[in-house]
Amino acid sequence: MRKKQYSYWSTFCFAIKSIFTGLKVTLTEFFTPKVTEQYPENRKTLKISERHRARLFMPHDENGNNKCIACGLCQTACPNGSINITTKTLTDEATGKSKKVLVSYEYDLGCCMFCQLCVNACPKNAIEFCNDFENAVYDRKKLVQKLNK
Amino acid sequence: MYDFSIITTAIDQFLRSLMPAGLVTFLECVLIAVCVLVAYIMLAIVMIFMERKVCAAFQCRLGPMRVGFWGLLQVFSDVFKMIIKEIIDFKRTDNLLYNLAPFLVVLSSVLTFSCLPFANNLEVLDFNVGLFFIMATSSFGVLGIMLAGWSSNNKFSMIGAMRSGAQMVSYELSIGLSMLTLVALSGTLQLSEIVERQADLWFIFKGHIPAAIAFIIYLIAGNAETNRGPFDLPEAESELTAGYHTEYSGMGFGFFYVAEFMNLFIVSGIAATIFLGGWMPLHIPGLDAFNATMDYIPGIVWFLGKTFFVIWLLMWARWTFPRLRIDQVITLEWKYLMPIGLVNLLIMTLCVVMGWTF
Amino acid sequence: MNITFIQPNDFRKQMEQLRREKGMDFLRDIVGMDWGEEGIGAIYMLENSETKENIQVATRTTNREVPVIPTVSDIWKIADIYEREVFDFFGIIFDGHPNLRRLYLRNDWVGYPLRKDYDESEQLNPIRMFSESLENDVTHTLLPDGTIKRNPDTLFEKNEYVINIGPQHPATHGVLRFRLSLEGEVIRKTDVHCGYIHRGVEKMSEKLTYPQILALTDRLDYLSAHQNRHALCMCIEKAMGVEVTERTQYIRTIMDELQRIDSHLLFISCAAMDLGALTTFIYGFRDREKILDIFEEVTGGRLIQNYNVIGGVQADITANFATKVKEFCKYLPSKIKEYNDVFTNNIITRKRMFDVGILSREDAISYGCTGGTGRASGWACDVRKRHPYALYDKVDFKEIIYTKGDSFERFLVRIDEIKESLHIIEQLIDNIPEGDYKVKTKPIIRLPEGSYHAAVEGSRGEFGVFIESRGEKSPYRIKFRPMGLPLVASIGTMLKGCKIADLMTIGATLDYVIPDIDR
Repeated sequence: MRKKQYSYWSTFCFAIKSIFTGLKVTLTEFFTPKVTEQYPENRKTLKISERHRARLFMPHDENGNNKCIACGLCQTACPNGSINITTKTLTDEATGKSKKVLVSYEYDLGCCMFCQLCVNACPKNAIEFCNDFENAVYDRKKLVQKLNK
Repeated sequence: MYDFSIITTAIDQFLRSLMPAGLVTFLECVLIAVCVLVAYIMLAIVMIFMERKVCAAFQCRLGPMRVGFWGLLQVFSDVFKMIIKEIIDFKRTDNLLYNLAPFLVVLSSVLTFSCLPFANNLEVLDFNVGLFFIMATSSFGVLGIMLAGWSSNNKFSMIGAMRSGAQMVSYELSIGLSMLTLVALSGTLQLSEIVERQADLWFIFKGHIPAAIAFIIYLIAGNAETNRGPFDLPEAESELTAGYHTEYSGMGFGFFYVAEFMNLFIVSGIAATIFLGGWMPLHIPGLDAFNATMDYIPGIVWFLGKTFFVIWLLMWARWTFPRLRIDQVITLEWKYLMPIGLVNLLIMTLCVVMGWTF
Repeated sequence: MNITFIQPNDFRKQMEQLRREKGMDFLRDIVGMDWGEEGIGAIYMLENSETKENIQVATRTTNREVPVIPTVSDIWKIADIYEREVFDFFGIIFDGHPNLRRLYLRNDWVGYPLRKDYDESEQLNPIRMFSESLENDVTHTLLPDGTIKRNPDTLFEKNEYVINIGPQHPATHGVLRFRLSLEGEVIRKTDVHCGYIHRGVEKMSEKLTYPQILALTDRLDYLSAHQNRHALCMCIEKAMGVEVTERTQYIRTIMDELQRIDSHLLFISCAAMDLGALTTFIYGFRDREKILDIFEEVTGGRLIQNYNVIGGVQADITANFATKVKEFCKYLPSKIKEYNDVFTNNIITRKRMFDVGILSREDAISYGCTGGTGRASGWACDVRKRHPYALYDKVDFKEIIYTKGDSFERFLVRIDEIKESLHIIEQLIDNIPEGDYKVKTKPIIRLPEGSYHAAVEGSRGEFGVFIESRGEKSPYRIKFRPMGLPLVASIGTMLKGCKIADLMTIGATLDYVIPDIDR
C-alpha cells in the first residue's frame, strides 16, 4: 500500500495515476443521486426512531388522568434538577387515610440532558420520552413546561 | 458568423450624428465601462452560484435550495447581506493601504477581464500585444493581496500574504511559459488574431501533444494563480482561518471574493481563447456542412460555453484534492512544471519550425 | 485494586527502581487524591509494556499547607502534564518539575478545587469577565527553605513571532489553544493550553449518585460515548460484584465497535478537512450517518446515547438491529475503497503525511500515547488485547500495528481498524444469545469501601476509570483517564522543525477530542 522510496519519475507517475483515480471518484459521485434530506419539506416522510428522546411527556388517558403518584423519585433521580414537583396532601373522607396528590409537574427542557434516569426511576411508568423534537422557542421561560393537566 | 462590429459601428455613428467627436469618445468610454462592470458582476454571481451547485454535486449534496426556486436567489441575497454589512476599521492597521488593497485586486481583474474577446469584434481592447497586456494586468493583483496582508496588522494575514506572494510570483512563470508555447504556434500576441487563426482547427488540436501539455500546465498554474484549491494556502481556512482577508468585512471582503471568482473566469477565458478557439465555432477541416451548422451558434455562446467548461474542470480538481504545503507548492512549480514547460516550449518550437502541426 | 504506599522521601528512589528494574515504562495515570486526615498525595498507575504487569503505588504527605512530592517527570515524559493537572486540582508541589503551571483552571483561580477542604463560595472565584493575562502564567518551584517561588513564564521571548492557534480555530477541533513560536513557516516552540471547556466532571461526580455519573461520561469523549460508559459500568459492576448476562456482553461489544467505526469515520473526515479535502469530509459524514441511524433506533440518541446502565443496557436491541448492522457491514468496505482512492492514495495526501510528526516507540510509551497513535508507533497497546474485557477474548481480531509512527501510518491504523471492527461485528451479530438484557440491581447503589479501576479501549486510546469509594452512594473520588491528554502532551516533540501546515496534519492524525482532555 505504501511506497518506500520516492524517486523523481516514480513520484511523477504515481502522482498522475493517483490524481486521475481521485478525479474518477468525484466524477462518479457527481452523477450519483444526492443524499441531502430536505427538512422541513420532508416532514411527512421523516423517520424518527421510536426510542428517540426529544422531550419528557406525561401521558393522560381520555379522562385526563395521569398515573403520577407524586412520589418524587424522578425529582431526586434527576442530576440537573430539571424536574420540580409540587404536591398537596388530601385526606380521603371515606377511609380517613391521607394521600399525596400531584399539583403541578414542572419540567425544564432547557436543562434536561435526556439521561432517562427519571423514566427509569418512575415506579408507575407515568412519564416517558416522546419524539416531538421541534422544541425551539423564542423565550427561555417557555422551555419550562407543566406536564400534568 | 455574427459580427458585433455592425452593432457597435451603428451605435457609434448614431452618437456621432448627435454630438461632437470628443463628447462621443467620452460617452462611449463611459458606456463601455458600465457594460464591462455589469458583465463582470453578473458573471461573478453566476460563478458563485455555479461553484456552490457544482461543489455540492461532487459532495453528494444538493447545495442551496431554499432561497428562490432551486436556490437561484441565494447569491443575490448573499450579495445583499454583504453590502449592508458594516465595514470595520481597525486602530492599528495602515488605513490607506488597508482600504486600497481590495480595489487593487478588483482593478487588476477588471482590467484583465475587459481584454477578453467575447465574440467576433466584441472586445474592448484589441492591440498587437494583447496577451502580454493580459499577463501584465493580471499579475499586479498579487500586490493587492500582499498589501492586504501587510496592512491588516494580523499575524495570520501576514503569513497568508507571504504565502500568496511566493506562490503567485512562481506560478506566473508557468502561465507565461504555456502561453508562450501557444504564441509560438500562433505567431501573434493579438487576441483577435489568435482566435482568427483557429478558424480551421483549435490550437489544442493543431498543436497536438505539446499543446495538450501546455493546456494541463496552464490549468494547474491557473488554479494556483487564482489561489484556489489545491493551492488555496494563502487563505487555507484550516490553517490560517481566512489568510490575507481575515480582517476584512462587508464589501472589503466582497471585493476579494468576487475578484477570486472572476480571476477564475479570466483564467478559464484565456484558456478557452488560446487553446480552445475562443468564440470560434468548432470547425473540422473537410466537413463543410458540419462547419456551416456550427456557425449558426453565436460566438458568445461558444466562448461562454468553453469558458464554463474549463471552469468546471478547475472546480472538479478543486473539490477533489487536499491542499498542498507551501514548500510542496514551490517544489511543484520549480521542479516539475517549469522544467516541463521549458521542454514543452522547445518541442512546440521544433514542431512549428518543422511544420509538424495540423 | 492494591495500592502500595511509599513515603515521599523514599518515593523518588523507589520509582526509579520500578522503572529500571521492573521495566514499568508506561505511566498510565496519576490520580491526585485527598485522603483527608491521612494526607494528600497521588496514586501512580504503572504498567510494564512488555509483560502487561500492573502496579499501583501512592505517596502522600500530611503537610496540607505546602504538600511536596518529588517529581517523576524526568522518568516518564507524560508525568510532566499529569503532575500539572494534580497541582492544578490539589496544589501539590512536585519538587523538581521544570514547568509547574496550572493546566486547566485560570491562573487567577483561588484554591484547589478537588481538595476536600476547598471553599466553594462564589466570592472567592466569581465569574471573571476579563481575559486572563499571561503575566499570571507562573511556574512554581520549591526553594530550599520550604517556600514556593512563583516565576513569571519565560517560555517565549519578547522578539519571537508567537501566534495563537486556538482557542477558536478550525483545526483544533474544539477549544484547544497552541502558542507557536514561528520562524517564517517553521515552528520553533510549542505550548499547549487546555481547559477552555473544563467542566469539572470529576468534582461534580463527587456529589452525584453512581447512575447519575453515567450521564456525564457520554459527554467526555463524545465520539467514544459508548465505550466511556462501558468503562464506568464495568468498574461499578466489578465493585458491586455484579455479573452481567452474556446477551449484554454481546450488545455492549457490538455497540463499542460500531462506536469505534463511527469515531474513525469522523477521524478520516476531519483529517481530510484539515488537509483541505472537503469532499472526503462530506463522504465520511455521509457514511457515518448510517451508524448514527442505527444508534438512534436502538438507543434513542445519536451522539449521546445513554445506553449502558449498571448491570446491563437501557433497552433491548430492536428487532431489525441485526439486519441493519449487517447491511451496514456490507455497505462500508466499498466506501472505504472510495476514501482510499480519493484521499489516502492521493499523492498530495501522501506528501503531506509522509514522515511528518514521527513519534518513536519509546516516546509513545513514555508519553502514554495509547490507541491508534501508539499502535502506529509500534506499541501493542490495545486494551482489548492487553486486558481483555467483554467478549474480546472470544472474538478473533488482529491488532493493527505499524512501525514508523508518522502521520500517514497513524491514518492507516484507523482505516485498518475500521475493517477489523467490521470483522468483529460480523462474528458477533448472528450469535447474540437469548437472555436478559439487564440484571436487576438495587435502587440505591453503594459501592463497598475500596479502590476500583477498569479500563476499556476507547476510540482513541485507553479510557480508564478509577473510583475510590467510602461506602457512600456517591464516590469519594472518581478519576477518568483521558485518552487525549497524552496525545496533546506529545505534540511538542513531534512538531520540532515542522511547518504550520504540519501542525494541522499532526493534530488531525493524533485524533484528540477536547472534552475528553478537559473533562
